[in-house]
Amino acid sequence: MSHHKTEVRDLYYVYPDGHKAINGITFKIHHGESVGIIGANGAGKSTLLMLLMGVLFPCQGEVLVGEVPVTKKTVPVVRQRMGMVFQDPDDQLFMTTVYDDVAFGPRNYKLEETEVERRVHEALEMVGILHLKDRAPFKLSGGEKRAAAIASVLSMKPDILLMDEPTSALDPKSRRRLMKLLDGFEHTKIITSHDLDMVFELCTRTIVIKNGQIAADGPTKELLADAELMDDCGLEMPLALQGCPVCGRKNG
Amino acid sequence: MSNIMNSIFDIRLLDDLARKETIVHRIHPLVKFLTTFIYLIVVVSFGKYEISGLLPLLIFPVLIMTLAELPLRPILKRMLIAAPFVVGIGIMNPIFDHQAVSIGGLSVSRGWITFLSITLKSVLTVSAALLLIATTGMDKLGSALRMLKIPRLFVLQLLLTYRYISVLMEEVSRVLRAYAMRSPQQKGVHWSVWGSLAGQLLIRTFERAQRVYLAMRLRGFTGEYNTGGYPGIAARDIAYMAGWTVFFVIARIYNIPMLIGSLFTGVIL
Repeated sequence: MSHHKTEVRDLYYVYPDGHKAINGITFKIHHGESVGIIGANGAGKSTLLMLLMGVLFPCQGEVLVGEVPVTKKTVPVVRQRMGMVFQDPDDQLFMTTVYDDVAFGPRNYKLEETEVERRVHEALEMVGILHLKDRAPFKLSGGEKRAAAIASVLSMKPDILLMDEPTSALDPKSRRRLMKLLDGFEHTKIITSHDLDMVFELCTRTIVIKNGQIAADGPTKELLADAELMDDCGLEMPLALQGCPVCGRKNG
Repeated sequence: MSNIMNSIFDIRLLDDLARKETIVHRIHPLVKFLTTFIYLIVVVSFGKYEISGLLPLLIFPVLIMTLAELPLRPILKRMLIAAPFVVGIGIMNPIFDHQAVSIGGLSVSRGWITFLSITLKSVLTVSAALLLIATTGMDKLGSALRMLKIPRLFVLQLLLTYRYISVLMEEVSRVLRAYAMRSPQQKGVHWSVWGSLAGQLLIRTFERAQRVYLAMRLRGFTGEYNTGGYPGIAARDIAYMAGWTVFFVIARIYNIPMLIGSLFTGVIL
């Protein structure tokens, strides 16, 4: 299934105010991979996501989704393949009911109303909130909102899921539930987060970004356990890998 | 502060009511919208000295509220929001319009009659509008407006405003709370920071709008607002609208309380 691969070639991006956000990034993500993109605040994670989704266009280099380069012309096709879940679900749930929100994407792609309904049900069932379909988004709890936001993207049947801080502002139980849910998806997953424990559990591969460049790219288990690398990039090892705060013993 | 949080709760309540399943709720949204519209026009068309002729029209909100099983208190509370405006408009009438009229031997200034008439009209119109929302819901109202070929942009604007007003109010309450916590001696917000507070909110609103628009574009939004199909208008819906319209027209042409009164006294005018 090589046509689902996402490739970034020698990417540069400079904001209009002169801030160099991305300074030559190259990587390739294959079908079904689950990749964590981590880095300190301002390292360039959000800019990278925007470049992948075709919201921003690179000053140099290119982004390829499947074999298609992301340009102004190909953006509609690319966005159908990639679903992005925003950090704040309130930004993503703008319709008056959960159902309409999840149906928003499919309706924009001019699908038959019966097909729209089928997809909405499927997506809501996948995230386990079918019973909330007639509720207003602002009445949902944080975890339910997040699930609805994910469903609103799933209904477009994307191959690749992009997620910006999926576990932020969730209580521990909701976070755990969400992680279980994400773990069950077969999509290619690209997750940016500061929740390194979540990245450690969910992502097999991690890309560490520092000052708009790739500081490291490799298996999560190795990179996140590298205390020196983490410290150098403004991060630290996942709590699960750090010493026990009570007895001081190291895990594993 | 608590006022703002309360009104957020208030907004949600109307939505809750709109999700009930009663005879009134099941009527087609377009039909309900048009019926309310006709009702408003009829109410407003009464002359400024008219009171008795308006009274039969009270049946409309009362009947809808009963059939839709809506609670009286929250609806009344919301009607009070419009009260200051109505009083503001009507209160000068008793002062300027001194001419006395005698009603049943009682001498009343015409100003008071117009004031009463304005108040009554406002009660009727505001309650009708609230009941429309409480029995239909904003989303269905939006699709009703689209069926009437109201430009997509206006409907979109209305629905998005309705959706995000609670988010905005939450943001306002956060800013105010942060302000109040660091200025314990003050009542309200000092005028010197009004500018920066308002500016702060404006910028946040812009940023939010940008993110929302982005979220829409990422899901294929191109300006077309698709809300899906809605079942057609049934015979029941037409009967609902026709019935009310006939009643409104009769109430407009004949002064029903007067007719009933004359029936009893045996004098037909």
